[in-house]
Amino acid sequence: MIDYHFDWSVIARNADKLTDALLLGLGLAVVSLLIGSVIGLLAAYARVSGKAWLSAPVWAYVEFIRCTPLLLLIFFLYFGLPEFDVTFLDKTQSFVLSLSLYAGAYMCEVFRAGLASIPKQYVEAAKAIGLRPWQRQAYVILPVMFRITLPSIGNNLISLFKDTSLAAAIAVPELTFTARQINANTFRVMEVWLTASALYLASAYLIAMMLRLLERRYASIR
Amino acid sequence: MDFSMAPGTFLFEAWQARASLLQGLGVTMLSSALSIVIATVCGLAMGVALAYGWWWLRLVARLYVDLMRGIPLLVLILFTYYGLALFGINVPAFWAGVIALGAFATAHVAENFRGAVQSVPAGQMEAAKAIGLTFGKRLSYVILPQAVRRMLPPWVNTALEIVKGTTLLSIIGVVELLLSAQQAMARNYMIIDFYLLTTALYVAINFTLAQLGASLERRFSYLRY
Repeated sequence: MIDYHFDWSVIARNADKLTDALLLGLGLAVVSLLIGSVIGLLAAYARVSGKAWLSAPVWAYVEFIRCTPLLLLIFFLYFGLPEFDVTFLDKTQSFVLSLSLYAGAYMCEVFRAGLASIPKQYVEAAKAIGLRPWQRQAYVILPVMFRITLPSIGNNLISLFKDTSLAAAIAVPELTFTARQINANTFRVMEVWLTASALYLASAYLIAMMLRLLERRYASIR
Repeated sequence: MDFSMAPGTFLFEAWQARASLLQGLGVTMLSSALSIVIATVCGLAMGVALAYGWWWLRLVARLYVDLMRGIPLLVLILFTYYGLALFGINVPAFWAGVIALGAFATAHVAENFRGAVQSVPAGQMEAAKAIGLTFGKRLSYVILPQAVRRMLPPWVNTALEIVKGTTLLSIIGVVELLLSAQQAMARNYMIIDFYLLTTALYVAINFTLAQLGASLERRFSYLRY
């Protein structure tokens, strides 16, 4: 280490590549969060429906995903789906599918807790003014639930963003994969990994700060 | 799936690969156990620093915790694996991975410890001071027995995350359960069967841990501070 001379020109030369990689990672996280939220919302409604044939499979799905390593899920879908003649997914789409399924289980728990924490009076008031069941959901329950769960959704976005690093394992050119590639080509170990770490950290903090602003604007109802 | 033991069937191939699969399972368990021990010991020390340290110690610990929580585990593992060699420390991939996993989980244990300790009402600490206990006694006789109930459920969750995190060691070439299964698949192309087997093993380990965490949570659900 005493003999190590930093040479940051490697980073400067690959700046555009690293930027593209970072943006790809952010995009993967956002898309997976959106698909995962849809899955999670449907699953959460199934979970609170009170019907065993709906809530039992969802319980199994959530527990299964929570007990399975994400990397295994990624490999399973990437290498396993073609065995079932599902060959139209490229590696990026396959990764998004894995991360969405993964996010879906966590979002299901978030939304379930959100639905459970909606004050009874809100539903009663909505009934009292004569809203139909779907109107109660659309105008009262869902908006309140999203405000209550906003911090948890934000935390999930950050951890999904960090999880996009696993896409490197199936050669999706996101930040970790690109950093590894530059590392292999130039062997500027410290520069490359310090930069990658700093980019992940800075992005995570930026997301966290934006979420805090969002939370302040749509302050949760107490 | 054909459940006979004839050559070319899944059970036959799994039996052929039993030694390497069991060894992989052993590596997974050993690396998890070592990381959990490292994370618990270092995490408790760092948690004390976070909760009761001098301001500069708190700052350093806080910086460490936030750094570790903002960087993906895979980047930490790769950084450790490639970076340690620069310091003239030539550790095998296994130890690089265990160090990275341990360092990562240390931050989680520390933050969890701080939260648990600070959730004990301040009056407890004040009362312990008032009867003249030293800092060590205040911690070990008054605060910790109350905080440990808060700490156990999330500690089990951290352990579960570590077990799942050991799969990332396959990326730096540690032949743990996932990689040993992939090596078996490379021989016999039974991709679905072997991934299902691996998944079943992970789910078995992690579901047990998760149930343990849930039962601890129920056990201590009477806690209301």
